[in-house]
Amino acid sequence: MSFHAFTGTDTYLASPELRDSVNVASALEKPLLVRGEPGTGKTVLAEAIAENLVMELLTWNIKSTSKAQEGLYVYDTVQRLNDARFGDRDITDISQYIKYGPLGESFLKDQRVVLLIDEIDKADMEFPNDLLHELDRMSFFVHETGRQHAARFRPIVVITSNNEKELPDAFLRRCVFHYIAFPDKAEMEDIIRVHHPDVEDELLRQVLLRFYWLRDLPELRKKPSTSELIDWIAALRRGGVSTESIESELPFLGVLMKRENDLEAVMAAHRRGRVN
Amino acid sequence: MFVDFFYHLRGYGLKVTITEWLSLMKALAIGHSRADLHVFYNLARCLMVKREADFDNYDRAFASFFMGVENHFDISDELLEWLSKPELPRELTDEERAKLEALDLDELRERFKELLDEQKERHDGGDRWIGTGGMSPFGHGGEHPTGVRIGGSGGGRSAVQVATDRRFRNLRSDRILDTRQIGLALRRLRKLDKDEGPEELDIDETIDSSARNAGEIDLVFRPPKRNRIKLLLLIDVGGSMDPHTLLCERLFSAAHKANHFKKFEFKFFHNCVYENLYTDISRWKGEATSQILKRLDHTWSVCLVGDAWMSPYELTHTGGAIDYYHTNQVTGLDWLRKFRDRCPNSIWLNPEPRRIWNAPTIHLIRQVFPMFELTIDGLTEGIDVLRGIRPNRALAA
Repeated sequence: MSFHAFTGTDTYLASPELRDSVNVASALEKPLLVRGEPGTGKTVLAEAIAENLVMELLTWNIKSTSKAQEGLYVYDTVQRLNDARFGDRDITDISQYIKYGPLGESFLKDQRVVLLIDEIDKADMEFPNDLLHELDRMSFFVHETGRQHAARFRPIVVITSNNEKELPDAFLRRCVFHYIAFPDKAEMEDIIRVHHPDVEDELLRQVLLRFYWLRDLPELRKKPSTSELIDWIAALRRGGVSTESIESELPFLGVLMKRENDLEAVMAAHRRGRVN
Repeated sequence: MFVDFFYHLRGYGLKVTITEWLSLMKALAIGHSRADLHVFYNLARCLMVKREADFDNYDRAFASFFMGVENHFDISDELLEWLSKPELPRELTDEERAKLEALDLDELRERFKELLDEQKERHDGGDRWIGTGGMSPFGHGGEHPTGVRIGGSGGGRSAVQVATDRRFRNLRSDRILDTRQIGLALRRLRKLDKDEGPEELDIDETIDSSARNAGEIDLVFRPPKRNRIKLLLLIDVGGSMDPHTLLCERLFSAAHKANHFKKFEFKFFHNCVYENLYTDISRWKGEATSQILKRLDHTWSVCLVGDAWMSPYELTHTGGAIDYYHTNQVTGLDWLRKFRDRCPNSIWLNPEPRRIWNAPTIHLIRQVFPMFELTIDGLTEGIDVLRGIRPNRALAA
């Protein structure tokens, strides 16, 4: 069993726990399921692993219409039918009509790769269950050609989920699970300085104070995330807002809160003077 | 000790399986424990706890298990002992036994011994990944360029102390239904039916037919399959339902957004169904219940949502309606029966937990409609009744 030690990269700061989770998943050859709020760096984790371990990264972006089978392969019947009709090609070789998906491809590679299955929760509820066998055995069968393909090098599989819904138990049992917590103030400061390298200290301090105050309001239905905070800072700076008015007025709140009810809740809480 | 830990976690309501536990043993044996309780804490969690909502329970379980013993506790000794005499939590199923055999404990034991020997020889200066002060990226006090501190002298706080912080308390889900979960449950509410509409290409039939046609392409089209569920949602608002407003709102919004029903209607009522049903929550715009009933037939399903908690006369007496200016000629119970007779495939969802369904009116209503809790499980069961894959059983009178 190969042991790859993931340590994080210059631009991706991985916590010791996250490194351990990645390395355990890699060593046990189990998929790593990463959950966390939007903007906590789930997707970039796979890129960081690939970069750090010098492996190729294959990405399978899941959509609401995605089917498990597409990840393995699709048999292009229409093309074959067309070729048969017009006699363009030799159609007896069925394998030329088998188009491999990212999952299938990752099993066929002649070295270990990183496979990212991004936002698995977007697909149909049954989708994760349809992948159980393939993820367990890391092999699949192509019915059309009668061939079994087993991974020579089991890929490091990173699966992200936005935590929007419960994944099936049978699926969870087969994964190594890591939850990326929302960044705390100090971590958030680092993140913001990456996006706004020249942000004024006082502005940043004020903004973070308001932001974490907002996130702690129990009445909010949707908490603002990192990307909204970054946009908010951009708006505040471009609008030339003074640091004092951030405290007194909470300007450009619409950048941060996208729901009318939440906006009202924040304004009400602000009026109650819970900012301190 | 590891077996005890397994039981301890299960005792805290964590659904740890043997397979997951065996994965932990394997991870430890191939060197992932690094003889550090901090690392063990994370390792055991990432392999056995798969929902952040359970992290808080895990913290509590971990803290209570290791409290007091953490300082004279050696994972390596414990593991070596277990590998020499593998004790198992209980009788294994065939699948689990296969997993255990695949582990090859003898080989693991040898590997682990080698690791330990190596660790002893090169302790405080080795370049492998167990031990302290080495050149490895792991461990603590080391000088690897990307040096990560793992556990160790982390502000003098032990793994147990960290666990007692209960950092994940806010993630406990006390499992409130959200709109998306309801939406997902409702998505299961479909009965497929061939329907009219624009036709789509049937690949399988086209291939078959073309083959029979000596390779000459013969395109076959078929009507698409459509959901034939027609749903009428009746929601009780006001009064004792006020505490459940948010939940009902979510159910309503999920059902409203679900665009896979053939037809969908909703009405509101207060306390019980009488002559009129309302299209708005404040119950100004109404429609005669008899008119609505005329539109319905057995192809419709009615889903009533309410706590079914009222005074018996409000349900069983004419003139018993809760609003004093309203004198109903037909009892609430009879109105409910009319719905049931018109649309036999109907259910009642109750936002109150089943254990307090002891009001007489609840009992009466359960004789008309099968009643389910408005939780994910209850909703799923109810939907199975509407789909016809679970028997539609009201209480016997």
